[in-house]
Amino acid sequence: MYAPTFAAPQSVDEAVRMLGADGAKPLSGGTDLIVQLKSGRNRPAAVVDLKKIPGLVGVEETSDGFVIGAATAGAQLGEHAGLVAAYPGIVEGAELIGSTQVQGRASLAGNLCNASPAADSIPCLAAAGAIAVVVGPNGEREMKVSEVPAGPGRTNLAKGEFIKCFKLKKPTANSSDAYLRFIPRTEMDIAVVGAGVNITRDGSSGPIKSATVWLGAVAPTIVEVDASCIVGTSLDDAALAKLDAAAQSVCNPIDDKRGTVEYRTKVAGVLARRAATIAFKRAGER
Amino acid sequence: MNYLGKDVELKVVGTRPIRPDGVEKVIGRAAFGADFRVAGMIHGKVLRSPHAHARIKSIDTSKAEALKGVRAVITANDLPNIPSEEAFVGEGPANFRDMSLNTIARDKVLYDGHAVAAVAATSPSIAEEALRLIDVEYEVLPNVIDVEEAMKPDAPILHDDLFTQGVDPKPTKASNIAKRMEFKLGDSASAFSKADVIVERKYKTAPVHQAYIEPHACVVSYGADGQAQIWCSSQGQFMVRAYCAKLLGMDIADIRVFPLEIGGGFGGKTLVYLEPLALALSRKSGKPVKMTMSREEVFRGSGPTSGGAINVKIGATKNGRIVAAECEVMLQAGAFPGSPIGPALMTPFAMYDLSDVTIWGYDVVSNRPKVAAYRAPGAPVSTFATESAVDELAKQLDMDPLELRLINAAKDGTKAVYGPTLKDIGFVETLEAAKSSSHWNSPLGDAAPGKRRGRGMASGFWFNIGGESSGATYVNEDGTITVVSGNPDIGGSRASMGMMAAEVLGMDVKDVRTVVGDTTSVGFSFLTGGSRVTFATGMAVTQSAEMVRDELCKRAALLWEIPAEAVEWKDGKAYPAGENAGKFDPLTIADIAGKSARTGGPITGKASINAQGAGPGYATHICDLEVDEETGHTTVLRYTAIQDVGKAIHPSYVEGQLQGGAVQGIGWALNEEYVYTKDGRLDNAGFLDYRIPVASDLPMIETILVEVPNPRHPFGVKGVGEPPIVPPMAAVANAMENATGVRMSSLPMSPPRVRAALDASEG
Repeated sequence: MYAPTFAAPQSVDEAVRMLGADGAKPLSGGTDLIVQLKSGRNRPAAVVDLKKIPGLVGVEETSDGFVIGAATAGAQLGEHAGLVAAYPGIVEGAELIGSTQVQGRASLAGNLCNASPAADSIPCLAAAGAIAVVVGPNGEREMKVSEVPAGPGRTNLAKGEFIKCFKLKKPTANSSDAYLRFIPRTEMDIAVVGAGVNITRDGSSGPIKSATVWLGAVAPTIVEVDASCIVGTSLDDAALAKLDAAAQSVCNPIDDKRGTVEYRTKVAGVLARRAATIAFKRAGER
Repeated sequence: MNYLGKDVELKVVGTRPIRPDGVEKVIGRAAFGADFRVAGMIHGKVLRSPHAHARIKSIDTSKAEALKGVRAVITANDLPNIPSEEAFVGEGPANFRDMSLNTIARDKVLYDGHAVAAVAATSPSIAEEALRLIDVEYEVLPNVIDVEEAMKPDAPILHDDLFTQGVDPKPTKASNIAKRMEFKLGDSASAFSKADVIVERKYKTAPVHQAYIEPHACVVSYGADGQAQIWCSSQGQFMVRAYCAKLLGMDIADIRVFPLEIGGGFGGKTLVYLEPLALALSRKSGKPVKMTMSREEVFRGSGPTSGGAINVKIGATKNGRIVAAECEVMLQAGAFPGSPIGPALMTPFAMYDLSDVTIWGYDVVSNRPKVAAYRAPGAPVSTFATESAVDELAKQLDMDPLELRLINAAKDGTKAVYGPTLKDIGFVETLEAAKSSSHWNSPLGDAAPGKRRGRGMASGFWFNIGGESSGATYVNEDGTITVVSGNPDIGGSRASMGMMAAEVLGMDVKDVRTVVGDTTSVGFSFLTGGSRVTFATGMAVTQSAEMVRDELCKRAALLWEIPAEAVEWKDGKAYPAGENAGKFDPLTIADIAGKSARTGGPITGKASINAQGAGPGYATHICDLEVDEETGHTTVLRYTAIQDVGKAIHPSYVEGQLQGGAVQGIGWALNEEYVYTKDGRLDNAGFLDYRIPVASDLPMIETILVEVPNPRHPFGVKGVGEPPIVPPMAAVANAMENATGVRMSSLPMSPPRVRAALDASEG
């Protein structure tokens, strides 16, 4: 009979020790893992709940920016006014995941470590240059969020490692972000394409000083678009067309039940343009 | 008796009382199939084929049987191997051998998800573990999924003994084409010479699932004396009893079926999947067995409705009179014969008065789950094609599509292509209501940049049926009334039954309780389907209430010691009829019930009938939508469903039927489809990737009820549940063409397909 053990350690050290065992899996919101357990797709020997560890849940605003506990749910991000003002794109990505009930549980680290290329909260985290603080048997290390996924369902975390928290820089003046995803319906769906854009403008009405664009669901992991073509512009039609082309050029999607290669590639260009337009406008308002 | 006259004032029928089943459902206490449990029950699970088509070489259950907690393991060998026998069941003909083989495979598996074995154990997880221990050796065979591929001469053959019926000479080579059918009126081939304009096009639809929210579930107890009890949610307790008796080789009297609350059926619960397996498991283990399907099992193992390929040719004069029409329908049946090819051929031109029509089609098997009924089975598939073609005709003639339909509309006296002469129909009335509706007369509004808006309309027909039904009315000791219906309530029939009885008895509807009886507490009723229950069972209940009313008058007469004819029933009380009858205070039902022991005992009425004279339903829908040119995403902006409903007993429920049908049709039009892998496995067996609409996808569906009463029903009822799923696919496609100039002839019109079509049109 399959029956995994369950534990909810109170400290990082205890959790690291438990996760060092063969077949142990970390649990935060559980909105992926529990579904996989029920379907039999994932059968870990042990489930280790990380939510009882101090600091794993919650958002802290510091002088440098934000520290977000790894197991913090999307709904909690949405309740943090400071984070919503600074990184509206990250928050809207997290708040698109699943239903209202799922948003009350699904966490940033879970979304990242489930390692689906379609994860909604990740493109904007990557575009913001977010850092994942990883703990494990060899202590603590920092990774760029974009370096965590290795491919569908695989991460670059070593055995026994898990994410403790995320660090976000305090946003510079006139910068903001936006996330858009395409789904055939209006909610309760998985991105066919996702686009996260972070833009800093030169003054509230100035051109783009810097831009970072990441795409989801168009390659085995999220991919970065070379956004240099929009730097120095105010997103005129020519700049948008270049961004569209740049986005399409990095796509390496698959044909599957959610979309075709051709469709995903075209829509990646569309969403990159549209998300950039929103981020550009938001940046001007900050 | 008929309550249709202008002088009859209806007090209950046509009002909107609070639904009688609402409270328990809203607070989550209503007992659906999966909620039911009995003492000592164990849990059954089904092992399903991972292959689309394979020969079963061997099944070794010994390791599963040895697992602690396992009480029984069954394969097809635990059920009778029954011979081929045609029977009319559900909403179409079927064969009990096929039904048995669909319940559990014997020699071959014919689709991914086909049941192969079943286990009962002391817990669901032990049962699941036991499934992993069953070794099945398969010889994988080539498979065929698509209907047109399956018709090709070199296609993999599913059944060696299947020879196409309805062709001359009788074929000698086995085929996946089970049957050819044809309906003909006049001479279409030569009539096309009279046409000024001819539209000819091929269309294609995807099979879609009924997507009821409640998965199949049952609890079955097979007694040591050979008598069995079944608690399940289905569209017919008598249907479950009959099929289980047949599939297990039992006597009908040895099976008692208790209907539980049903969480959606739409035709998909007009047959059995788990009940025969649970019976066999219970018989073998000596324990009550509970079985529930997961959503994945529902998609892989239970029937969707057919997809089809349809060729349409319609010709009209320049004045818009359709002079000739032809339609060929290739309908996918799933793994066993029995697609709704008949209704698919009989319905798509039934909106029009035509003299020269030929319509023919094929019932085709392929390696997919056997199809089951789904609201107006067959009609939505063929009508999508014909109503799209009528829209193209309007465009070519530069005519308003509504006017074109009015010119050709079927009326009383029109001879339908499938035989009968139509009477008391309200199709023109639905078109007139559409024409004068707020929706049709409102501007479409401007689309945002990068988006395009369009409006479309389409119509549809469904027969509706009557059939065998039973109902009973019981007067309780305190004067309240219990009505017993023989049909599971899938669309508000408890409300409508209670309202009809209350109307007859002149009572407040809150003093009437309606229950759905088990197979021993009410007479036989054919299943809930064909939009028949409010019509047929409603007729039986009305008759039983009239018996009670007449008996109450007789009992009052006995109490008053006057002749029965001298008593009159009014507003729920017995009155002396006029001065000569004597002076007595009126007697309430409670007064009479309280003294019934002195006047002859309990007062009951029971009626078992074969209801004839169902009136067909016609629907006309209008759809406004907006298409995002860059993503191909479609948003339905406004939608109105108009239908001739005969007489709406409870208008809110009737509106709900129209809204539900429209929503399911919109899902069918835009996103729903089965996605198969190259090796024939279903790749989207869940609501995440099988996309029915969610609430936020849709506007409020507006409804207009047109009431052209059916004189063959005491209250004028026509079936309402099926017509509203017939027009939506064409209404959406016609709106899409209006918005984009592109004719989408293949369903679903999903965003990738719309974007590709737009790109192709811009070349």
